[in-house]
Amino acid sequence: MKPSEAVVTARGISKTFGKGGVTALQDIELDVGRGEFISLIGPSGCGKSTLLRVIGDLVDPTSGEIRVNGKSARQARLDRDYGIVFQSAVLYDWRTVAKNIALPLELMGFNRAERAARVQELLSLVELDGFEKHYPWQLSGGMQQRVSIARALSFTPALLLMDEPFGALDEMTRERMNDELLRIWTEIRSTVIFVTHSITEAVYLSTRVVVMSPRPGRITSVLPIDLEQPRTRETREDPRFFELVTEVREALHAGGADDVVEEPEVVE
Amino acid sequence: MRSRIGTAAARVAVLLLVLAGLWALWEGYRKLWESTGWTWPFPVNSTTMPHLHDIVGALFDPIREGEPLLARYMLDAALFTAKEAAVGFLIGATVGFLLGALIARFGVLQRGIMPYVVASQTIPILALAPIVVVGLGSVSIAGWTPKDWMRVSVIAAYLTFFPVTVNTVRGLRSADPAAVELMQSYAAREWSIFWKLRVPAAMPYLFSAFKVAATASVVGAVIGELPSSIQDGLGGWIINFNQYYALEPENLWAVNLVAALLGIAFFLLVVLVEKLVVHHPPEQLV
Amino acid sequence: MSTLAHPASGRRNTQRVRKWGPAAIVFGIGMALWQWVLPALGVERYLLPPLSDVLQAFWDNRSELVRGGWITFKEALGGFVLGCSLAFGFALVLARWRPLGSALMPYMIAANAVPIVAFAPITNAWFGTLSPWSKVVIAAVLCFFPVLVNTLRGLTSLRPESLELMRSYAAPQRVVFARARIPNSLPFVFSALKIASVLAMIGAVVGDYFGGSTEALGVQIVSSVSLAQYETAWAAILVASLIGIAFYAAVALAERLVVGWHPSIRAGVD
Repeated sequence: MKPSEAVVTARGISKTFGKGGVTALQDIELDVGRGEFISLIGPSGCGKSTLLRVIGDLVDPTSGEIRVNGKSARQARLDRDYGIVFQSAVLYDWRTVAKNIALPLELMGFNRAERAARVQELLSLVELDGFEKHYPWQLSGGMQQRVSIARALSFTPALLLMDEPFGALDEMTRERMNDELLRIWTEIRSTVIFVTHSITEAVYLSTRVVVMSPRPGRITSVLPIDLEQPRTRETREDPRFFELVTEVREALHAGGADDVVEEPEVVE
Repeated sequence: MRSRIGTAAARVAVLLLVLAGLWALWEGYRKLWESTGWTWPFPVNSTTMPHLHDIVGALFDPIREGEPLLARYMLDAALFTAKEAAVGFLIGATVGFLLGALIARFGVLQRGIMPYVVASQTIPILALAPIVVVGLGSVSIAGWTPKDWMRVSVIAAYLTFFPVTVNTVRGLRSADPAAVELMQSYAAREWSIFWKLRVPAAMPYLFSAFKVAATASVVGAVIGELPSSIQDGLGGWIINFNQYYALEPENLWAVNLVAALLGIAFFLLVVLVEKLVVHHPPEQLV
Repeated sequence: MSTLAHPASGRRNTQRVRKWGPAAIVFGIGMALWQWVLPALGVERYLLPPLSDVLQAFWDNRSELVRGGWITFKEALGGFVLGCSLAFGFALVLARWRPLGSALMPYMIAANAVPIVAFAPITNAWFGTLSPWSKVVIAAVLCFFPVLVNTLRGLTSLRPESLELMRSYAAPQRVVFARARIPNSLPFVFSALKIASVLAMIGAVVGDYFGGSTEALGVQIVSSVSLAQYETAWAAILVASLIGIAFYAAVALAERLVVGWHPSIRAGVD
């Protein structure tokens, strides 16, 4: 890949928490091209969430450098290049759905009419028309997460960072959300970095899957996913889909996912 | 181990810093107001704001020639008030817990009684104190008449029961419904569900109520003494020194200092017991 | 439409009876006990005179009691406003500079354990016994610490992702406070304000105990007791309680209006 096409380049990223503490990331090298959908997958403690936060300038790396659109990660954040979706929706309880979606727009100085128009577009995009006056507690978990995706997309950021966004949803809802996410991604053509611990989810969504292993957190392999676009329900039954799932699973095991002792993931 | 000593040292350092900061604020305020002659919001002099070292010093002066130090009397008074407060706390916490358990069990009581539990706290208790203290003097139970200080305990108990009732209801209801169903699947009796599940679940709530109640019991004991002509406790000394405030203001400040320390001691005692009894994830105080 | 409205309003009435019925019954029982059962059991008049006598005393002294209540309420309200606004401002400072806040937090909590009403004689010495300011200051100090501790907790108890979100928008601290921290703190602030409303009334009445304008409610209670006019004392206590309840209810109403989005309110828990 030519450097000019890369949205994100990570060079020699390491992250150690505390003095002489856990090494969450070691020597991470990664390039993400424009329009790609990259999944970071690995067992608990492999530093995938930390890597996402380093890219988004929410956590400072101990060493190494991140460039986003040719700028430092900090500059990219100040330029509002990131849209972030967390595992929980993190909606503000005191704001209606419409006002939650409009929050970043308010901060970025859009006027009332622009905000209202954009909120309507986004509500249709995530299929929540008519819910603008609802409060977050009146929505199901899946609906809340769609609001949080709409909020992340509201200011059309160059890069969408998603930290296990569907991890708390049931399998049926998760598959439906996967389809919706792919539809939105095709529509708006943005670049996505997606953290997950579900192998099928990673394969179904991604153009490439980045496999990570713990202690110290590092990238053990990067697998291109050559499934046809757009992906549909048939994709999930494609023999190639199962081959790729097996490849990712083997890559995970080869990376030492088996000898992981359960321990809480370090997120500061 | 080393780091533990380190944090302990840091805590002591912060404590000293806070004390020094308070001292500097007090003396600095005095100095500024005295030197500029400001009289707003009140004129500053050694009567309205005695030097802190004079207040502490007052504790180590004999109250009259040839008599023991004030600190000695203060210690006795603090112990006396502590006794009233402790008995009041026990009565209040017991009544509060039982009432809370009944309310948690029977929903109709929540709607019937809870509003009055809240309203009870709007009654100005100090105003009631003389009536309670005098009134209970005539009460005798099977020929046994409560001692004067026990009537003060009743006032302490009145202030104590409220937070305990409120948090008992919340705590007993906080048990995970799935855990209750699990117990029911073992065909556990309601009684054993109560003791083995609901009460442990309520513990953190109970202790945060006990912390509020510990303070309230000291407040109740001190103000209960005021109208009861009981001379042995801190409240009695407050009335006494209040009459001589113009002559020896340090003494009244010194009693209040002791009362403050007693309140904090009660609070810390509950914190300590909580550490020993409840093993829930670390959380904030109160 | 009109045929549908009927059962709905009927249901609402039933709900209302369910909600308030038990409280009304207990009220009735309590009043009956007070009026008839306690005297029949031989409870002395100086302990608790019958309800009708207390109401009579209230009626006979209504102008003094209402004026006294107003004076004491003004003291309480002044202390409430002063103490709560200082506490809120101080909490903002401590939340902005977190290390300072977390270092001082244990001391705030310890200060909350100090029997502050015992300082009433000292504020009398500061401002003069007859000055309302001595009561205002006691009420303010009583309100200060619970509001400070709760507000600080509310301002700092956001989930980390909430703050990360703000960081990803490159929001300055002013915006983080205005859009995230302060709204998040409001439920905490209001539960402290409810406590403070009760404390402010207690502070004002106790302040009166050590002397005050003869018209103030607390002074009326003390002097009625010392003159053995127990009915009047109880009538004054009743007025003080009613003011306290009204004050509390006003804060609870404001809470409902301001933080109607909060789970405890929508679930109807109080």
